[in-house]
Amino acid sequence: MKTTEIVIFTLLFLLVSGLGFVAARWRRPDDLANLNEWGLGGRGFGGWITWFLVGGDLYTAYTFVAVPALIFGAGAMGFYAVPYTVVVYPMVMLVLVRLWSVSHVHNLVTPADFVRVRFGSPTLALLVAITGIVATMPYIALQLIGIEAVLKTMGVTGDLPLIIAFAILAAYTYQSGLRAPALIAFVKDSLIYLVILVAIVYIPAKLGGWASIFDAAKAKFDATPAPGDGITLNANNQLQYVTLALGSALALFLYPHSVTGILASRDRNVIKRNMSALPAYSLLLGLIALLGYMAIAAGVAPIGKDNNTITPQLFDKLFPDWFAGVAFAAIGIGALVPAAIMSIAAANLFARNIYREYLNRDATPAQEARVSKIASLVVKVGAVLVILGIDPQFSIDLQLIGGVIILQTLPSVGLGLYTRWFHRGGLIAGWAAGMAAGMLLLYNIANPATKHEHFGGSAFPLEKLGFDTKITIYAGFLALIVNLVVAVLGTFVARALRSADGPDGTRPEDYFADKGDPRVHELETTAPAS
Amino acid sequence: MATPDRRDGRSGAPTGDRSPLNWLLLLPIAIPLLPPLFNAVEPRLFGIPLFYWLQLAFIVLGVTTTTLVYRATRRNR
Repeated sequence: MKTTEIVIFTLLFLLVSGLGFVAARWRRPDDLANLNEWGLGGRGFGGWITWFLVGGDLYTAYTFVAVPALIFGAGAMGFYAVPYTVVVYPMVMLVLVRLWSVSHVHNLVTPADFVRVRFGSPTLALLVAITGIVATMPYIALQLIGIEAVLKTMGVTGDLPLIIAFAILAAYTYQSGLRAPALIAFVKDSLIYLVILVAIVYIPAKLGGWASIFDAAKAKFDATPAPGDGITLNANNQLQYVTLALGSALALFLYPHSVTGILASRDRNVIKRNMSALPAYSLLLGLIALLGYMAIAAGVAPIGKDNNTITPQLFDKLFPDWFAGVAFAAIGIGALVPAAIMSIAAANLFARNIYREYLNRDATPAQEARVSKIASLVVKVGAVLVILGIDPQFSIDLQLIGGVIILQTLPSVGLGLYTRWFHRGGLIAGWAAGMAAGMLLLYNIANPATKHEHFGGSAFPLEKLGFDTKITIYAGFLALIVNLVVAVLGTFVARALRSADGPDGTRPEDYFADKGDPRVHELETTAPAS
Repeated sequence: MATPDRRDGRSGAPTGDRSPLNWLLLLPIAIPLLPPLFNAVEPRLFGIPLFYWLQLAFIVLGVTTTTLVYRATRRNR
């Protein structure tokens, strides 16, 4: 047990928990009992809040722990997180403002809400909602792995601390909704920026400079028999690197929790400005990634076979105790923000697209918010049970699958923002084909290092499709291509058969409405989503 | 991206999403996805191999382009 570290960790954790409860009174609404308030924080967040909220939402504790672990284990391949988070912002800048506008006009809360209005198909909306919930659940569970890695390093054992941490999180999310993570994100991100800036100056100085850090890493990879590692890419994993970065970027803003963060912002300018401000987090992530090499150079070993512990282990070895405590708190609190937003996003999907669509068509906004609040609790209990009851590796596999399946909503949610050309039948067929292809590809990826015969990673060897090559590609990317091809063919078939298409509830000008547009308010009060 | 601008001429109405400057956004999307540009150790910068420092530098490229496009297409209210 490391007393100093534990005391500092606990104090900061309690401070943040207090903030979570107080958040209910922050920017206090007249009535918190509707999804616009509880689930989207009043839809009025400005530039700074959105920056902290979305940054804290996308760059999760798991990322901060897993990316250095990946670099530690495989080298250059793990750095894909940097191009991934560079290309995503210019790519989605124009797409997200359209989503914001149409959601603002039609009072939409979830990506499935949009699909419902755009394609007039409750079935397609249900598929998008279920995909979102299934992809988000393991992601929430993974946040616990971040906390667990820190607790392990501090010598805290047993399940109780983890359960208490999540119980507190569940309680203040229930009470304050999206305002809680928004307020906590300020503390979380300030701590993370502080820790990393100190780390990248202090640690290389202690280890003899950057050159010796990279030399140590190179020596380690040269010594291993694995062909895929090294401090640069090789001929066989470049395509994987690029498709994984691109595929992950395409998937990022399809995740319901990213959409929640975006829809909570005040106007289009806030979103656009944030697309150029959020890369500050990418720089942070790139520097954090290099902690993996610092761990190699410092001779840090993971606890057991859990590579996720190398970042906390590195801090523990090189920082003075009190600052290691601050660093651990940053990671631990870092898990709370995304976990809260993700559970809210999943809960909103349930309340909007399952409860209201199928169980209680006449639900009042208050009922909707109540169902969502309860669903957010259920989601968190599920995440804790998954982590405690099943091998954590299982959540990692599930999250890998999650990335592949959320990508299958791209044609209806992403492309749907630009075109109504697709037939709802084609989109449903494409979704089904993409899901099946994704599962099949992932099932056939083995990982000798972890002794997995199936679901061993996301790098699919093209060799298995009959090509004479060792080149690998991101499985989600191939699945998306299958999805798109089937969606296009399916649309042609549906048109040829004169199959009925759903009505489009949106108009072209809805996609660039902004706050202050008089028509928006008029519509907001008269036309709820349906 | 074939969305027509609003032509109803109402005052204060949004003017659409179209701007030729939007094409600039393709640069920070394409360049970071070309490994031949950065997949090498030399030249190093402060001892950091090209692979790492150049990809971190692409963040600056991304920020510059998105900022430029944001400023050019910002709506004044």
